[in-house]
Amino acid sequence: MTEGGASAGVHSGASFLDEKGRRTGIFAWILSSDHKRIGILYLFSVLTFFFAGIVLGFVMRLKMLVAGPGIISAQTYNELFTFHGVIMIFLVVIPAVPTIFGNFFLPLHIGARDVSFPVLNLMSWYLYITGAVLALVSLVTGGGGIDTGWTFYAPYSLRTHANVPLAVFAVFILGMSSVLTGLNFITTTHRLRAPGMTWFRMPLFVWGVYATAWVQVIATPVIAITLVLVLIERIFGVGVFDPAKGGDPILYQHLFWIYSHPAVYIMILPAMGVISEIIPVFSRRNIFGYKAVAFSSMAIASVGSLVWGHHMFVSGESYTANWIFSLFTFLVAIPSAIKVFNWLATMYGGSIRLEAPMLYALAFIFLFSIGGLTGVIQGSLAANVHLHDTYWIVGHFHYVIFGGMGFGMFGAMHYWFPKMFGRMYNKRLAPWAFVLELVGFNVFYFALLVLGWQGMPRRYYDYLPEFHALQVVATVGSWVLVAGLALMFANLLHSVFKGPKAPANPWGGSTLEWQVSSPPPTENFEKIPVITQGPYHFEEAGQV
Amino acid sequence: MTDAAASTAIEHHHADAEGARLGMWLFLLSEIFLFGGLFLVYSVYRFKNPADFHAGAAEMSRFLGTLNTVVLLTSSLTMALSIAAIQRANRSLSSWMLGFTIALSLVFLVNKYFEWTAHIGRGIYPNSHYLLSQPKGTILFFGLYYTMTGLHGVHVLVGALVLTVMLVLVRKRVVDSKSYVLLENSGLYWHLVDIIWIFLFPLFYLIT
Repeated sequence: MTEGGASAGVHSGASFLDEKGRRTGIFAWILSSDHKRIGILYLFSVLTFFFAGIVLGFVMRLKMLVAGPGIISAQTYNELFTFHGVIMIFLVVIPAVPTIFGNFFLPLHIGARDVSFPVLNLMSWYLYITGAVLALVSLVTGGGGIDTGWTFYAPYSLRTHANVPLAVFAVFILGMSSVLTGLNFITTTHRLRAPGMTWFRMPLFVWGVYATAWVQVIATPVIAITLVLVLIERIFGVGVFDPAKGGDPILYQHLFWIYSHPAVYIMILPAMGVISEIIPVFSRRNIFGYKAVAFSSMAIASVGSLVWGHHMFVSGESYTANWIFSLFTFLVAIPSAIKVFNWLATMYGGSIRLEAPMLYALAFIFLFSIGGLTGVIQGSLAANVHLHDTYWIVGHFHYVIFGGMGFGMFGAMHYWFPKMFGRMYNKRLAPWAFVLELVGFNVFYFALLVLGWQGMPRRYYDYLPEFHALQVVATVGSWVLVAGLALMFANLLHSVFKGPKAPANPWGGSTLEWQVSSPPPTENFEKIPVITQGPYHFEEAGQV
Repeated sequence: MTDAAASTAIEHHHADAEGARLGMWLFLLSEIFLFGGLFLVYSVYRFKNPADFHAGAAEMSRFLGTLNTVVLLTSSLTMALSIAAIQRANRSLSSWMLGFTIALSLVFLVNKYFEWTAHIGRGIYPNSHYLLSQPKGTILFFGLYYTMTGLHGVHVLVGALVLTVMLVLVRKRVVDSKSYVLLENSGLYWHLVDIIWIFLFPLFYLIT
């Protein structure tokens, strides 16, 4: 046990789940500014959209079982990949880990009672819901569903009959939600650390969320203004991205990726923070190279902000711009690799327990490494010409985001489940769900990598006969993956209500959230703890 | 910071003025990147069409532009004076200065209205027949002119509303000499709106 934790103590104050406030029923939740309740609000809203995204992806994959006309028309296919992208990117992957687990655990990790601006935090959730509803409405109203792809590339987004103005406005609102969350987390980390909680005594999850928050504050406004320009363009015909009026569509792509590439790091950095929490606990080892892991988060955030041009190697960029962006793309692999090697070094010689969170963490390392290394391959100028806009890119992206951020989030869901709900999931089923997901995932997305290498273009409704076999393999993989996801969510959802009671510290974790009862009391800590040592101390305590 | 001071800040974090100020600076940073995107677009198109941009700027009324610059700079002064007054517990002076600031913001918007109306009267507005017959650089110049000064105008309007709320709060003594971070943060926002104009003014009026 930590000395810091000992002074906080496990006490029997009412848990935040049972808290009887002024309001009752649903209002006790949707009007609560408690960071833990807001975290749970995000959990259920993000997962709802996640299900929608899964269903859309599943139907698309089902269609690709056969070449040519199948269960859906070509236009519907265009709309499906747009819906899938918009929902997954803007409603799920970008907000998921910071808003759910950042909200819940950032204040607990640094020994605070709440975030700096609790009411603003609740407002961010309302902005998220407003943006989400507007986005969903925009997808199906106007002259048919949106078919631009999630990137809204001009000039097509200026021409299509679909309801692009509402969609980009919705993303603008979601961006505001993201900026305000980032601003809140930075201020919280600077101002509300408990006495003695120095920067290098913070859990690494806090570093991940903190680095992410900076990217959110700095990069999001750029896409916000870009989408405002599309909106103004659609309403007034200003001409900023319209070649007929002198505008430059490539400039749209630059502005879009100035945000959307760093957004990939908004997605992955908090998940890396989760992995840095899970691995020490389930290896009974202190993290290897704490500062290297912490600084590599900041390095990924800063170098990752300078690589956006690698999305436009074949769109018409100067050769100088191309090789500089290619160089930076290679460089960003270094801090990512630093993390991977530190995680491996942490496990070395540890006593590893293969509980579900650890399984997901290990899968994260494996899948993220494939995703990262394929990224380096397509980041080289010559290979990119061949790979651009093929299934390879889709495979790479899903390895990084689904295999990385997704499996990281699943790991977080299992790791913190007993803390959030005070109950334990079914430990016998969890590994089975994991195995199905891992096998299904690799069958599905590795097939995409191979198909892309062979020349199968992305976003095509039809394909040549030679791609048929692997298309079938990928679709079968998607069935196994979805079965695993269904089993996992059924297990977790059932356990929210029916799982056996969990103790305060089921994993023997050493960070502050494990020193308070499960679920945590409303005020988090009876007395603000005084911190006297770093976040991980397994070896000193003789717990190896 | 000593431990005692730190723990006080934590126990009473809802009144953490330092934190509120930090949050505001971060918000302003995001605003700078918002306008930064527009300045980037402006730079690219001006680099591509220098002659058209200079010709476009010649269409602007340098008198009205200068007048508006003076108006906004003065309003930043009255804003700063309002904060200085509340720090010295001079509530009535602070209210007066806030009132001046709001009045000046309205003068700015009225000026802007006349400027836009004059241009629209001459057929210069997005998608107009006259503008579409002009070189592409000119179309872009005026497109950006309306977009950037329009977005800035929205910020002035929001600023005027925020300052009006502040005036009420100062009158109601919610904002006083002990707790004035709200007024300070509103002032920071107002100065940002001012600074953005300082960059818009030369880019649209003085580059001929």
